[in-house]
Amino acid sequence: MVELTLPKNSKVGTGKTHPKPEGATNLKTFNVYRWSPDDNQNPTIDTYYVDLDTCGPMILDGLIKIKNEIDPTLTFRRSCREGICGSCAMNIGGTNTLACTTGMDEIDGDINIYPLPHQPVVKDLVPDLTNFYAQYASIKPWLQAETPSPSKERLQSKEDREKLDGLYECILCACCSTSCPSYWWNSDRFLGPAILLQAYRWIIDSRDEHTGERLDNLEDPFRLYRCHTIMNCTNTCPKGLNPAKAIAEIKKMMVERR
Amino acid sequence: MEMRAPLKNVRGLGSAKEGTSHWWHQKITAIAMIPLFLIALGCVISLVGAEYDHVRNVLGQPFISLVMLLLIATTFYHLKLGLQVVIEDYIHTESTKVFLLLLNSFLCAAVGLGAALAVLKLALGG
Repeated sequence: MVELTLPKNSKVGTGKTHPKPEGATNLKTFNVYRWSPDDNQNPTIDTYYVDLDTCGPMILDGLIKIKNEIDPTLTFRRSCREGICGSCAMNIGGTNTLACTTGMDEIDGDINIYPLPHQPVVKDLVPDLTNFYAQYASIKPWLQAETPSPSKERLQSKEDREKLDGLYECILCACCSTSCPSYWWNSDRFLGPAILLQAYRWIIDSRDEHTGERLDNLEDPFRLYRCHTIMNCTNTCPKGLNPAKAIAEIKKMMVERR
Repeated sequence: MEMRAPLKNVRGLGSAKEGTSHWWHQKITAIAMIPLFLIALGCVISLVGAEYDHVRNVLGQPFISLVMLLLIATTFYHLKLGLQVVIEDYIHTESTKVFLLLLNSFLCAAVGLGAALAVLKLALGG
């Protein structure tokens, strides 16, 4: 649904400014979105000052330092701290990216942090990605074949394996999908760039034999064709992948099989 | 709603098994409009300041009127396809959406046919 203004109960107010750490000279300002389901208040932006001389270099290091030393109520997801789990995806400095692989020096001035856009918020920087995961399940992200399993592995040529490069690296962090305006307005029916890239990963897998059924499942004015090549997905992908190209390849296959 | 599994909502009524023609026709008409529009533009520019009867004559020539008819057909078909996408993107109230989709189809057809009729009148004399 198009929303040009925020609903009344989600207008963001000014929050608490936490005191600067004493004696610190090398400070970085963090403005962080805060919202809790418990107190029936509108969201706010809280301000924290992080002493860079005693902090790691990444945004995630800053957030962990805030949680450890300034405000334990700050809520965010994180796990691997090396860009492979996708947990710490959030909107940093206006771009969806991973807090763990974005350096504080990449952001000029204050660091503004919001949850991934246009998803329900569970708390603070934690979005509810239930719909996103259900969409992933809907494309059956596993190998489907009619040929009985061979006694050993299903073989794949080197060339066919290379077709998966640029696809298998996707960690499903949802940065791309939640940066896509089409996904904002129609995420109930449009699958979004991440899920379509994953769908393409199985469509071109040389060992998968359900290619036609997979294309059938996507051939829909909303599931696939809400992509209007806006390219935010490719711009924002923290892994440097190209979901827009994967979607374009699916559209080409749709024409090819007519 | 909350008692439904999320996958139930995502699978919904299933895939419509269409959309490819719509997408493909939009691309084809877009490409077709490039040469047609350039010819039509050249023709119109060359007629700037010309006498009324001369303009009628030129637009009535078989080649020019053919180009104009093709341009009108592709433009209004393309317009209809494009506006349909915009309406589907942004309008989520079912009744408003259906009304606007119908209005879009009817208006594009009516204005397009009206334009074609004007060209035909010049080409066939009347």
